[in-house]
Amino acid sequence: MNKLHLYLLAATAACLGLGIFMYKALFMGFPLSPVTSTEVWNVQARIRFVADGNPVKASIFIPSGSNRYAIVDEHFVSGSFGFVVAREDSNRRATWSVRRANGKQSLYYQAVVRRVRTSAPLPGVEQPQVAPRSMEGPTAQAAKALLGEIVAKSADTPTMVAELIKRLNRPDPGENARLLLGAKPTEERKVRTAVRVLESAGIPARAVSGVSLKEGPEESSKKTNLIHWLEVYEKQQWQGFDPRTGTSPVPVDWLPWFRGSKKLATLEGATDLRVTLTVSPKLEEGVAAAVRRGEISKPVLLRFSLFSLPVNIQAVYKVTLLVPLGAVLLVIMRNVVGIKTFGTFMPVLIALSFRETGLLRGIFLFSVVVALGLSVRFYLERLKLLVVPRLAAVLIVVVGLMAALSIVSYGLGGHSGLSVALFPMVILTMTIERMSIVWEERGSVEAVTAGLGSLLTAAAAFVVMNIKWVEHLIFVFPELLLVLFAITLILGRYTGYRLLDLYRFRDLARG
Amino acid sequence: MLSILRALKRKGVLAINKRNADYTLKFNPRSLYPLVDDKSLTKQLAQDNGIAVPDLYGLITVEHQVRDLPTILGSHTEFVVKPAHGSGGEGILVIHGRLTDKYRLSNGQMITHDELCHHIYALLSGLYSLGGQPDTAVIEYRVEFDPLFERISYQGVPDIRIIVFLGIPVMAMVRLPTRMSQGKANLHQGAIGVGIDIATGETLSAVWKNDIISEHPDTGYPVTGLRIPNWEGLLALSAKCSEMTGLGYQGVDIALDKHKGPLMLEINARPGLNIQIGNNCGLLPRLDLVEKHHLSLKDVAERVSFARQHFRAALC
Repeated sequence: MNKLHLYLLAATAACLGLGIFMYKALFMGFPLSPVTSTEVWNVQARIRFVADGNPVKASIFIPSGSNRYAIVDEHFVSGSFGFVVAREDSNRRATWSVRRANGKQSLYYQAVVRRVRTSAPLPGVEQPQVAPRSMEGPTAQAAKALLGEIVAKSADTPTMVAELIKRLNRPDPGENARLLLGAKPTEERKVRTAVRVLESAGIPARAVSGVSLKEGPEESSKKTNLIHWLEVYEKQQWQGFDPRTGTSPVPVDWLPWFRGSKKLATLEGATDLRVTLTVSPKLEEGVAAAVRRGEISKPVLLRFSLFSLPVNIQAVYKVTLLVPLGAVLLVIMRNVVGIKTFGTFMPVLIALSFRETGLLRGIFLFSVVVALGLSVRFYLERLKLLVVPRLAAVLIVVVGLMAALSIVSYGLGGHSGLSVALFPMVILTMTIERMSIVWEERGSVEAVTAGLGSLLTAAAAFVVMNIKWVEHLIFVFPELLLVLFAITLILGRYTGYRLLDLYRFRDLARG
Repeated sequence: MLSILRALKRKGVLAINKRNADYTLKFNPRSLYPLVDDKSLTKQLAQDNGIAVPDLYGLITVEHQVRDLPTILGSHTEFVVKPAHGSGGEGILVIHGRLTDKYRLSNGQMITHDELCHHIYALLSGLYSLGGQPDTAVIEYRVEFDPLFERISYQGVPDIRIIVFLGIPVMAMVRLPTRMSQGKANLHQGAIGVGIDIATGETLSAVWKNDIISEHPDTGYPVTGLRIPNWEGLLALSAKCSEMTGLGYQGVDIALDKHKGPLMLEINARPGLNIQIGNNCGLLPRLDLVEKHHLSLKDVAERVSFARQHFRAALC
């Protein structure tokens, strides 16, 4: 009767938890694994130069966004410079100026770029006027001749552009092309040449400079170079062409920075201009991104989920929800395996702090604090203090030790010791106290055994709790707590042998 | 590993999960625990029920009463100081003699009156109690153990542990202090556990640490094959203790006094499981048998004879 009741309760909890879990996973589109995708990038342009006391004017093109990318936040670090952003043709240009400047100067442009997915057709662009280029002498002749060869091999504008790019990319592009490109042409030069050839045929074309927004595996900040491609006006739109392959459209991760054949940055009144561009991807978790994009249906349910909480509280729950998991693991270690630990939930809390310190460093720091604390505790033993004052004294020593460890390791130039501050000090104090009592009553072997048992359990809990996938599952599907609840209920009536009982009673098995 | 598991199952070895879930949690109501966790309460209860216990000389519950210690002791030169909430034999001082303001311990060491008082202060503050709660010091008669044990115990007080289930004694052992256990009768600390045949009161094989032995490691005298005097009386005493507390599953610790016979020392609501090793026998078959028959057994005498009939060592 009693057992039936227990099994029914456990089965109900497990079914309820699994049911909600399945519904959310299968019908509401919650992702089962922590897919992260890069949706946001930080881009930065850093301008450095050396000023020598004269008025300085530095300017740089800045991106204006495209139909694929939106500039969501911009930030200028100007120092003592005055600064202005102005439109210039289809570009934006930021200009910094100052009356006097001396020595090395650094200016920054920083922007947050977010990928947008719009399916709306782009508004038509007005037919651009092709200004007749003054091409004279041999170059004009060469362009005309090259054009003639290409037109013969193409049907329409896109195929013509592709053919032109193919021709310019050949190792041996022919005499006409070589005359236009010069020796050892850069990508930029090829694009400009293509623009000139196309313009001479009356086809509106322009060069585009931009950066590639790669999806990094981690949050990494990478220096990047400008890439160049070609845009041709066709069917009331500017279409991009990859200058390496001649294909259209250009890869999605290309962010246009500015258009035209000008230089990225200009400098007046100073020397040694250097421009560095960096791009750093920012990972975003699948669920958050999906919620933002509205891919997960039934947002009403979401309003009453953990995702409705402020982000910092969400972060707290990400950790808090792992505690039940650690507790279940602890139950298994104690009641099924039979490992002895100090304090019921001490290993789980230690495992939580291992998440901050890392496993090996955590074990090292924990051992150091406990060993030092124990030696102080043994000294205090000789003073025959009463219980509560003695505990308070050990607590004070533990806090002092933690601070000292942080200071010493920081002083030696490492940040690794700083994380010791995250250890739960009261738990450490109680561990030291219990360990010393066991040491006195049962001997060092038993004390060290239980100490190692605690560490082993903490390490096991850490390994499980540190799996990203586990963290994701329990946070996105908190109803799995019901399943954990059911497991603990069942384990609460586990009356079989513990693994270590087999060792303890092995003599009885012999006879 | 699997073969060990099967052998243990076949023998019916009771392990801790099952003891907790199916015996202590089921048969020992929480409300009765204070009766056995506080030794002064147990003693009071035993005296009310006519069960022999070591005479109580006095209780010290608050610090200022320590000053009255000489009054409490009166003319007694031998006594025991123990914490009412102690466990595992911790905090027990056995005084064998007294010279004006000095006391002689069981190992011959002398302590001063001040040291004795400090021990009591520390005891009152909860040094030896479970969870460190304030405690009471029990000052009582020192058991002069039966000459039978003189040659097979090293200092300390040997005691007899009998597991009683639903009023019926199911398994028993003698716990002999050794040099390693520092005079304590706790198996964890290195005392010897010697199984006792319930039917005859004769000692069986002995377990010390993890080894089966037949002689006391410190004195060299055999520990197997000894006959405990007044065995029937001991069994009856343990059965009476079960009636007294109302706990279904309990361990009764009894000392054999030279002059006063069996004296109940304390009762344990969660008795250990190593007793099975000393008896080379699992508890489960005996517990199952008791559960089947206990309702038909009316009084202590019937229960004792049931135990002596069914729990012979040869049947194991």
